[in-house]
Amino acid sequence: MALQMLVTFSPWNCLLLLVALECSEASSDLNESANSTAQYAPNAWFAAASSEPDERISVFELDYDYVQIPYEVTLWILLASLAKIGFHLYRRLPGLMPESCLLILVGALVGGIIFGTDHKSPPVMDSSIYFLYLLPPIVLEGGYFMPTRPFFENIGSILWWAVLGALINALGIGLSLYFICQVKAFGLGDVNLLQNLLFGSLISAVDPVAVLAVFEEARVNEQLYMMIFGEALLNDGITVVLYNMLIAFTKMHKFEDIEPVDILAGCARFVIVGLGGVLFGIVFGFISAFITRFTQNISAIEPLIVFMFSYLSYLAAETLYLSGILAITACAVTMKKYVEENVSQTSYTTIKYFMKMLSSVSETLIFIFMGVSTVGKNHEWNWAFICFTLAFCQIWRAISVFALFYISNQFRTFPFSIKDQCIIFYSGVRGAGSFSLAFLLPLSLFPRKKMFVTATLVVIYFTVFIQGITIGPLVRYLDVKKTNKKESINEELHIRLMDHLKAGIEDVCGHWSHYQVRDKFKKFDHRYLRKILIRKNLPKSSIVSLYKKLEMKQAIEMVETGILSSTAFSIPHQAQRIQGIKRLSPEDVESIRDILTSNMYQVRQRTLSYNKYNLKPQTSEKQAKEILIRRQNTLRQSMRKGHSLPWGKPAGTKNVRYLSFPYGNPQSAGRDTRAAEFSDDDSSDPGSPSIMFSALSRIGSLQKQEAQEIIPMKSLHRGRKAFSSGYQRNTSQEEYLGGVRRVALRPKPLFHAVDEEGESGGESEGKASLVEVQSRWTADRGHSRDHNRSHSPLLQKK
Amino acid sequence: MIAPSSQPPLSLAHLPGRLGRVSGAGPRRVTHHPFLLPAVSQASLLRLHHRFRALDRNKKGYLSRMDLQQIGALAVNPLGDRIIESFFPDGSQQVDFPGFVRVLAHFRPVEDEDTETQDPKKPEPLNSRRNKLHYAFQLYDLDRDGKISRHEMLQVLRLMVGVQVTEEQLENIADRTVQEADEDGDGAVSFVEFTKSLEKMDVEQKMSIRILK
Repeated sequence: MALQMLVTFSPWNCLLLLVALECSEASSDLNESANSTAQYAPNAWFAAASSEPDERISVFELDYDYVQIPYEVTLWILLASLAKIGFHLYRRLPGLMPESCLLILVGALVGGIIFGTDHKSPPVMDSSIYFLYLLPPIVLEGGYFMPTRPFFENIGSILWWAVLGALINALGIGLSLYFICQVKAFGLGDVNLLQNLLFGSLISAVDPVAVLAVFEEARVNEQLYMMIFGEALLNDGITVVLYNMLIAFTKMHKFEDIEPVDILAGCARFVIVGLGGVLFGIVFGFISAFITRFTQNISAIEPLIVFMFSYLSYLAAETLYLSGILAITACAVTMKKYVEENVSQTSYTTIKYFMKMLSSVSETLIFIFMGVSTVGKNHEWNWAFICFTLAFCQIWRAISVFALFYISNQFRTFPFSIKDQCIIFYSGVRGAGSFSLAFLLPLSLFPRKKMFVTATLVVIYFTVFIQGITIGPLVRYLDVKKTNKKESINEELHIRLMDHLKAGIEDVCGHWSHYQVRDKFKKFDHRYLRKILIRKNLPKSSIVSLYKKLEMKQAIEMVETGILSSTAFSIPHQAQRIQGIKRLSPEDVESIRDILTSNMYQVRQRTLSYNKYNLKPQTSEKQAKEILIRRQNTLRQSMRKGHSLPWGKPAGTKNVRYLSFPYGNPQSAGRDTRAAEFSDDDSSDPGSPSIMFSALSRIGSLQKQEAQEIIPMKSLHRGRKAFSSGYQRNTSQEEYLGGVRRVALRPKPLFHAVDEEGESGGESEGKASLVEVQSRWTADRGHSRDHNRSHSPLLQKK
Repeated sequence: MIAPSSQPPLSLAHLPGRLGRVSGAGPRRVTHHPFLLPAVSQASLLRLHHRFRALDRNKKGYLSRMDLQQIGALAVNPLGDRIIESFFPDGSQQVDFPGFVRVLAHFRPVEDEDTETQDPKKPEPLNSRRNKLHYAFQLYDLDRDGKISRHEMLQVLRLMVGVQVTEEQLENIADRTVQEADEDGDGAVSFVEFTKSLEKMDVEQKMSIRILK
C-alpha cells in the first residue's frame, strides 16, 4: 500500500476534493488545510492526463480511486482483527488491559501511517455516518446481551445511578469548567457556559463495560456487575439526549438569553425524549417478536427480522427526535426473550454472532478514526483546560458515585459496600462515545472545537490506559483472599464441594424479586404475552436433532475412549481396596493437588460472563454435558443391576414399564439413529438423552433379560409417524419412585428451565449455554407428565 | 394446602402482615410451629413459601424428588442429586414446608449477635458452624455411619472431577484426602476429624446465602 501511495499521490488530491465536497461541515475543517494547497495541482494533472486519450490499450491498469474508501476501511478492520488475534494469543494480556487499549493503539498506528505518508484523504467520520451506521450496532449489542432478570431486579438502583449520575457528572463538569474558563489567565474567556455544559455532557459518557473483562475472575457480585452494565447501557442514551438538547439550545440562544421557560421546556423534553424512545422500542420489540412467530418455514430471514426491526425502531425514534438509542435498547431487551424461543438454533447463533461482529466493527472504526485524529496537526493544547478536565472528571465521578450510592443504599436490601463503590468509581473509563460526540461538534457553534477534541482525547487515553490497566490489580487487591498459602487437598476438595453446594442451594431457593410488580408482570407475561408471541407447537426439529446429535456423538466418543466403561462406575461395594493406605511422597502430593485443581468442575457462574468483544467460550457447556451424561449413565447402571440407587431407595423395577425403542433389534439401531435425526415433527416432550441411552446400550451390548428398556425422552409421536410407533407408554408407574421416571425426567429440568422462569419467578440465567439451548424449548412442559399419562391410549406397539 | 404430615404443620397466621395473609390455592391450616421462626427470618419465610408453592407444581402440599429435579440448574450441578437427596432424610419420599425450610435454614448467614446471645440451654441454631459442617458432612456420608470412608470420598471425587482424570489418579487423590484428615487411623474420616480439617476455613461465609438473611 505504501508503494501505491507514492505512485498515485496526485489522484488523491483530486479525490480529496471529492471527499471534501461529500462530507458535511464537521469533517470539512479537517480537510480544509489540505484543500487549499492542492487545488491547482489537479487541474494541471487532469490536463496532462487527458492529453493522452486512447492512443493505446493498456494491458494493465491501476485504478485505486474506485476502491479507495472500501479498500482502506477493509484494511483497517483487518488490521484491527489481526491485532486482536495477537492480543488473545498471549494469554495474560486480556487480563492485564482492556481490549479498548488495543483498539486505540491500532487506531493510533493507522493514524500514524496515514499521517506519515501524507495521505490526506482518509475516509472521515461525519455526523450522519456515526449516528446512522456506527452507533446503532454498538447500542444494540449492549441491549441484547444484557441479562434481563438482574437488570429488572435492580432497575431502581440502576436508573437512579445512571440517570442522575450522568446528569450530575455532565452539569458538574460543565459548571466547574465554566468557572475555570472565567479565570482570565488561562485564555479561555471565549468559551461560554453552554459550550462548557455541552462539553461536560459529552465527556461524561462512560464505557465501563470495556473494563469488565479485566476483572472477570475476581468474583464480582452480581449486583455490582449489573450496575456497571446498566450504567453503560443507559449512559450512551442519556448523554446523547443531553448533547442534542444542548446543541439545540446553543443554536437557538446564541445570544445567551435563555429564559427559565426554556430550561423547564428543556427538562420536560429530556423526559419525553427518553420515555418516548423507550416506548417506541417496546412497541417494535413486540412487533418483531410477533413476526418471528411465523417464520418457521423460512428461518433464514429470522436474523434479518431481528436486525431490521431494531434498526427501524432506532430510525423511527430518531425521526421524531426521540432518543433512538433508548429505543433500540428497549427493543432489544423486549424482543430478546420471545425471539430466542421462536427462532431456530442456527438463527439464534447467527444473531448473536452477527451482533457481536457488527458492534465490534463499529467500535473498531471509531477507534481508528480516533487514532487518525490523534496523530495530526489539528490539536489545540491548552494546559489548563485539559488538566482541569481530567481532574474534574475524576472528582465529579467520585462525588456522584459516593453521594448517589449513599442515598440508594438506604433503600436497598443489599447495600453496596465501599469496595463496590470504589470499583464503580474506578471503572469510569471513557470510550468511543465521547470521542464521537466531540468530533462531531459543529465548528460553527464551537470555534474552539479543536481544544475540546484534544481534551477529550487526553481524557480517553488517560482513562483507558491508566485506569484500564490498573483496575485489574485494584480489584484483585480489594478482593484479596485471606489465606494465600496453599491449601491442603482436603480443603480444596471441601471448598469446591461447598461452592457447588451453595450454588445448588441457591438454585433451590430460586431468585427472589423484591417487587410485586415484577411478579405481576410475570403472570401477565405468562398468561397473555407468551400466547401471542411464541409459536405454538415448536417444531424443534433442528434443536432436537442438534441436541441429540451432540449428545450421541459425545456419548459415543466417551464410550469409545473407555471413559464411560462400566468399570469406571462400578457399583459400591465392589471396589473396596483391602490394602492399607499408601504413603505418598511430597511430589506425589503436589501432582495430586495439581490434578485436582485443574480438573475439578467449575462452579456455575452466577454472573453472566460478558465480554464486549467476544462470545464466551463453551467450556461450561462441555462440563455440563459431562455431568449430565455421567448422571444418566450412573442411574442406568444402577438400575440395570437392580441395585438400590446410591441413596438407598429400592429401585422399583417390577411395576414399571419403560418407554423404549424397539429394543434388542440390531437393525433398528441404525434406523433409530436416522429416525432421530429426521425427527421433523413436533413434540412436546424433551427428547434426546434417550437416544444416548440406546446408543450406549447397544454399544455396551447389553442383553438383559429384565426390563432394561430405554426411555425415549423424545416421544416422536402422537401416533403420527411410523417410526415413532416403537414406543411403549408407561402406564403403571408410580410417580415418585421409579428410576424410570427419574431418568425420564432427569433431562426434563433442562427443558423446564423456561417453565420455571414463568412459574416460580426464578430464572437460571448465567448458565451454560447448554441450558440456553434447552431453555428455548416451549414453555408448556409442565404438563408433559400429564400428557404422558393421558396419552396411554395412543400407545402403539411395534 | 399443606398436607398434614408426621411433623407439626406450618403456622403462618401468627406472623404479622403479609405473611399472615398469604394467599394460596386453598384454605390455610393454621397451627403452631414455633420451631421454624428462629431458623429463618420472617421475610425469608414468606419468600420460601412462595418458592415452595412454585416448585410444587401439582399443588400437592409437599415436594417430591421430581419437583426438585425440575430445577434446571441442579441437573448440571455435580452434586445436584445429593443436594436433592438431603431434603429427604430417612428415606421419606416427600418433604413438606417445614422440612424444606429446615434444610435451607442451614444456609442462613450467621449474624454476630447470634453467637453472643447464645443461650446454652436452647438447641443450637441450624445455621451454626457445627450444623453447617454437619450438613456438608452428610453429603459425603451416604450410608450415615458417621464416617466418610475412602470409598465414599472416591465417589464424591468422581462426581466433582472431569472425565479426563483416570480412575487410578482418583483413587490416589481419595487415598491422600482420607489420609490427611484421618487421625485415629481407622481409614475413614469421622465428623470430628472432618471439622478439624476445616478449622481454618471460613465455613460460615462459604455456606451462607444472602437471600436467606
